[in-house]
Amino acid sequence: MNRIAIIVIVACAFMAGIAWEAGVFLAGDRTDYRAESEAMATAPAELDPQSPSDSNDTAGKDGAETDAGPPPRSAIPDGPFGEMVRKGEQIFADPGQYASTYVGNDLSCGNCHLDNGRYDKTAPMRSAWPMYPAYRSKNEHVNDFAERLQGCFMYSMNGKAPPRGGQVIQALEAYSYWLSQGTRTGVELETRGFPEIADPEQSPAYERGEAVFKDNCAFCHGADGQGLAAGDGSIGFPPLWGPRSYNWGAGMHQIDKAARFIKAAMPLSKPDLTVQEAWDVALYINSQERPQDPRFNGSIQETADTFHQHQYSQYGKTVNGKLLGENSPPAGTVP
Amino acid sequence: MDSANVISRVDQQEGVLPMIRTGTVVGLMLWTSLSIAESNTDATQSTEALLVQSCAACHGPEGQGVANFPRLAGLGERYLLAQLDAFASGKRDNAIMKPLVVNLSHSQKQALAEHFSALPVKPAQNSSGGSAINDAGRNLALHGRWDEGIPACVQCHGPDGSGIGEDFPPLAGQPARYLQDQLEAWRSGKRSGDPMGLMEQVAKSLDGDDLAPVADYFASLPSKKGADHE
Repeated sequence: MNRIAIIVIVACAFMAGIAWEAGVFLAGDRTDYRAESEAMATAPAELDPQSPSDSNDTAGKDGAETDAGPPPRSAIPDGPFGEMVRKGEQIFADPGQYASTYVGNDLSCGNCHLDNGRYDKTAPMRSAWPMYPAYRSKNEHVNDFAERLQGCFMYSMNGKAPPRGGQVIQALEAYSYWLSQGTRTGVELETRGFPEIADPEQSPAYERGEAVFKDNCAFCHGADGQGLAAGDGSIGFPPLWGPRSYNWGAGMHQIDKAARFIKAAMPLSKPDLTVQEAWDVALYINSQERPQDPRFNGSIQETADTFHQHQYSQYGKTVNGKLLGENSPPAGTVP
Repeated sequence: MDSANVISRVDQQEGVLPMIRTGTVVGLMLWTSLSIAESNTDATQSTEALLVQSCAACHGPEGQGVANFPRLAGLGERYLLAQLDAFASGKRDNAIMKPLVVNLSHSQKQALAEHFSALPVKPAQNSSGGSAINDAGRNLALHGRWDEGIPACVQCHGPDGSGIGEDFPPLAGQPARYLQDQLEAWRSGKRSGDPMGLMEQVAKSLDGDDLAPVADYFASLPSKKGADHE
């Protein structure tokens, strides 16, 4: 009897666990991406009753942490520290020029973190700096800010990690630290990450996304998504997929994260897409081939199983008859 | 060239009187040109040559811009064509340009756009370009004002205002007066119909005090070749 009771209890617990997971999945709770793309903020969330991480309807703009925002550019001090801050902003704006050894595509930090990481709707540095060191499920250990920056270079920049203590990391740290004046260590700001977006009414669809892209994105990013060159030969508008864009390991390849960015910021100057359009076009963009995930082990299936087991990645899925990841340009192509 | 110089001295504010005056002069020139061309038997090519000369009267013999008349050389072909269409339709409400383009055929407009787009960029003649580099204009140009959702001008007009692709025109080295007039035209609705309304949106977000400094800033930059296009 006892043995049967134990089996029944364990089975019930097991089923409850599955049901809970399924509920979380169906309700669209994005624990998964949050855990993967940004450090989890469990400790601060417990300390801060206004933290947005538990609820998606109370996380309005009137959180307890009224943020004064970053200091004006004109306030960068003279002297060696100020020089390092300026160097950091230069790299941030144009890593292909100022950190070229570590950059393998045509993107810049400022492409996603608008206004060189100052704009409060596109994951400002000010809201990231105070949250590190932190555990990241992406690499399953505690990362300090330097390692987090290294991750940006490996994935978003499809390059390789600048060395710790080298000038690139130091300058970006100095810049982020300077931008974060007045924030409190470990206290999450409302502006952390890209703003929340409501779930789409309909599941995101490739065809609808393609239409949204043509009408709203192609004008700047090109009909082929490969961006446009400026008159001086530099990169005018960044490529959204293909060999010169972010790779399959970058946070932006996740549909939800891209949807949040797009809803908050695109088209530039006039971000007026609907929630549904943002999701649809995020799916479309992230269903195109892009550089390989640097963690690729030779098997798309295994790489997908290990690193892309969430609903927001198209890696390893077949779209229009093509297995995404199969024709990826190599990862980490640096000069 | 004599008539070009006469016209170049006309004050180019978007005020009505000077525009009508200039419009009449230029319109007569064009009309004359067209009449000659039409009487010519080997039609198209000479018509286009004469049309180019008409543009050159104000925009300079090589489209480099004269005084407050903007440079056309090296601008995107698609952009130039779109402007000719906009002048004709009134989406770009301009009393000088409208009579000049309203009777042009599509292929004539296309030929003009192609011609000027292919010309190399040289320094403008007698450019009134603002020489004063000013912090206010520079900051808006390079950084925008994102706390109000205003992007930096260079995000769409290219680093140093060199333009992006075929559709985002270079601003560097264009006459300050011209640039300021355009911003005012976007704001007042005298210029509209840009793709997706992006520029209209930005211009309407600006303060009146922003216009002159930012126009001065770009006018002070050296003009560069527009984006290469096949």
